[in-house]
Amino acid sequence: MNPIFSFRELQKKAKNTTGNVTDIRVAVLGNHTTSFFVKALENQLKVAGFNPSMFESDYDQIDITLIDGESELYKFNPEIIVVFESVIKLKDKFYSIKDTESQSDFYKTEKDIIQNRVSNIRANGSDAKIVYFSYELIDDELYGNLFSKIPHSFYNNLWQLNNELITFSRNEPDFYVFDINKYLKGTENYRDYTALINSDLHYSIDTFAKISHFLAQFFNAFKGHFKKCLILDLDNTTWGGIIGDDGLENIQVGSLGIGKAFTKLQKWAKELKERGVILAICSKNTEEVAKEPFEKHNEMVLRLDDISIFVANWKNKADNIRYIQEVLNIGFDSMVFLDDNPAERDIVRQSLPAVTVPELPKDPAYYMPYIESLNLFETVSYSENDKDRTSQYQQEAKRKKLISSVTNMDDYLKSLEMKGNISPFNSDDVSRVAQLTQRSNQFNLRTQRYTEKDITEFMNSENHLTYTVKLKDKFGDYGLISVIILEKKNDNTYFVDTWIMSCRVLKRDVEHFALNKIVEDVKNKGINIITGEYLPTPKNKLVADLLTKLTFKNNDKEDSYLLDLTNYKSLKNYIENE
Amino acid sequence: MSNYIAEFETLFRDVLENDDIVLTNETTAHDIDEWDSINHIYLVVEIEKHFEIKFSSSEILQWQNVGEMIDSVKAKKDN
Repeated sequence: MNPIFSFRELQKKAKNTTGNVTDIRVAVLGNHTTSFFVKALENQLKVAGFNPSMFESDYDQIDITLIDGESELYKFNPEIIVVFESVIKLKDKFYSIKDTESQSDFYKTEKDIIQNRVSNIRANGSDAKIVYFSYELIDDELYGNLFSKIPHSFYNNLWQLNNELITFSRNEPDFYVFDINKYLKGTENYRDYTALINSDLHYSIDTFAKISHFLAQFFNAFKGHFKKCLILDLDNTTWGGIIGDDGLENIQVGSLGIGKAFTKLQKWAKELKERGVILAICSKNTEEVAKEPFEKHNEMVLRLDDISIFVANWKNKADNIRYIQEVLNIGFDSMVFLDDNPAERDIVRQSLPAVTVPELPKDPAYYMPYIESLNLFETVSYSENDKDRTSQYQQEAKRKKLISSVTNMDDYLKSLEMKGNISPFNSDDVSRVAQLTQRSNQFNLRTQRYTEKDITEFMNSENHLTYTVKLKDKFGDYGLISVIILEKKNDNTYFVDTWIMSCRVLKRDVEHFALNKIVEDVKNKGINIITGEYLPTPKNKLVADLLTKLTFKNNDKEDSYLLDLTNYKSLKNYIENE
Repeated sequence: MSNYIAEFETLFRDVLENDDIVLTNETTAHDIDEWDSINHIYLVVEIEKHFEIKFSSSEILQWQNVGEMIDSVKAKKDN
């Protein structure tokens, strides 16, 4: 977790980064001097571990750049297009309108311009994600607080325009609104008026550095890096006081003492859980004592069934977090650990540097404002499915118990009574499928990231075979856990473009179940060859030998794999087709 | 005066990322490759931060060389 650097600090930090391999291609279009913003964003992306390529449109040439299909922008082929308009420029445009009726319609005209820009980007064949800055809410104070009643006031138009932007974004795929207002709030001297007049610099260079800090976090989420788990300490973090010493009646939560501060943190954690973030407890305590408030204290917001993994013992916290990581099977870099004790934070930071460990303020009143300011849980997707994650991990804990009672793997798999469903993509699953391609890092053969639009295209393509696999067992329903896409390469060959599986169903032979069905389908099309390749990333070693395990033959020379269906022998599994 | 020149030189070297920069009162943007219009904005901001001062719009427009920039700083610091 990086602090927010000044422009100059950032410039130095970026110079010292080496060995970044993940490419990211970003185009910036603005109606003001964007050079410092582009430089700051490039530096932030370097510091965040990317190898960025940047494109900056000519000064105030947004529309010409977007309309012209031959423009350098499209040759650059950006993954992300950022549109950053300054309201000060917009105000000049607004003032040039003479009649109040057109002034009242200003926001509609601007909204049409925005939609037009998006249409132009798509018409020119770019499927880049579009990140559109919201409009800075500054009043020209012509009507003061009467603005809400004056449709032709500038301030009124800005509010309406931002609303239009949000409404438009809701149904427009790959179009996101980046709200500048929340980052300007509390930023001292965010505009340098001398530089504005002399150099058309609409924000101070350090403001650009700050904005780009948060923008880079957002891009990180685009690239599949985001937080999936919040680990909470208990005493003086989740409640005030020490449960072992103070007892159930005296811990501060709810109305007692400064309990409200802890209640706010608990409410926030509960909302995160509803959003799909996994909650875990890591506390130095006796387990029964630590669980008591969750069961018996009537002002506790968090209850035991909100917690996926509860670890309370007297072991080293770094070891306990390693255990939590094993059970959840997610990267350390997707975990956040909150603890009031600086010594504990330090141990975790030293042993597990990838875990995010915020420096909680001493006064619990500042816990939430501080945590919110970090914007830890940036995300680029949300589906209803996310809500079920907690119960899924609780089911997993029960399975872990069962596995310890059986003596061999076959008996265990049989006893799970698994039922699987494998079928082509259907429109109900598009968002979940896209989300899996965005999120999965480990069991992911080629790490191709796809948008909902891409998935819909695959679904309707003659040239592709698409599969989703759903699985349940006697403990519960995993839902959609695997996505496979095959592309027809020629009259006798399909190529495995994507093979993704949720790590929650590792070692259940789901991949055997899936391949048996795929082979059957491909054979029915009169085709006998499936080829594949493994594209290594720092995170997907898990599937380095997937194709070999699936009886593909490795062609050493080209590092590619081939499965000849004429000799295919059905692979063993205990999943009943439903 | 010599102190200011030295401080300016350190700052210019750091901001423009060129350790070979040597400043005199007569140095202008033409003498230093990295000193373009964009970096000029950057330099002004960093000078203001370093000396904890704020230049006025008209001051910024009038400078002809480093010496005049230093004069502006001096006038603010020595008052």
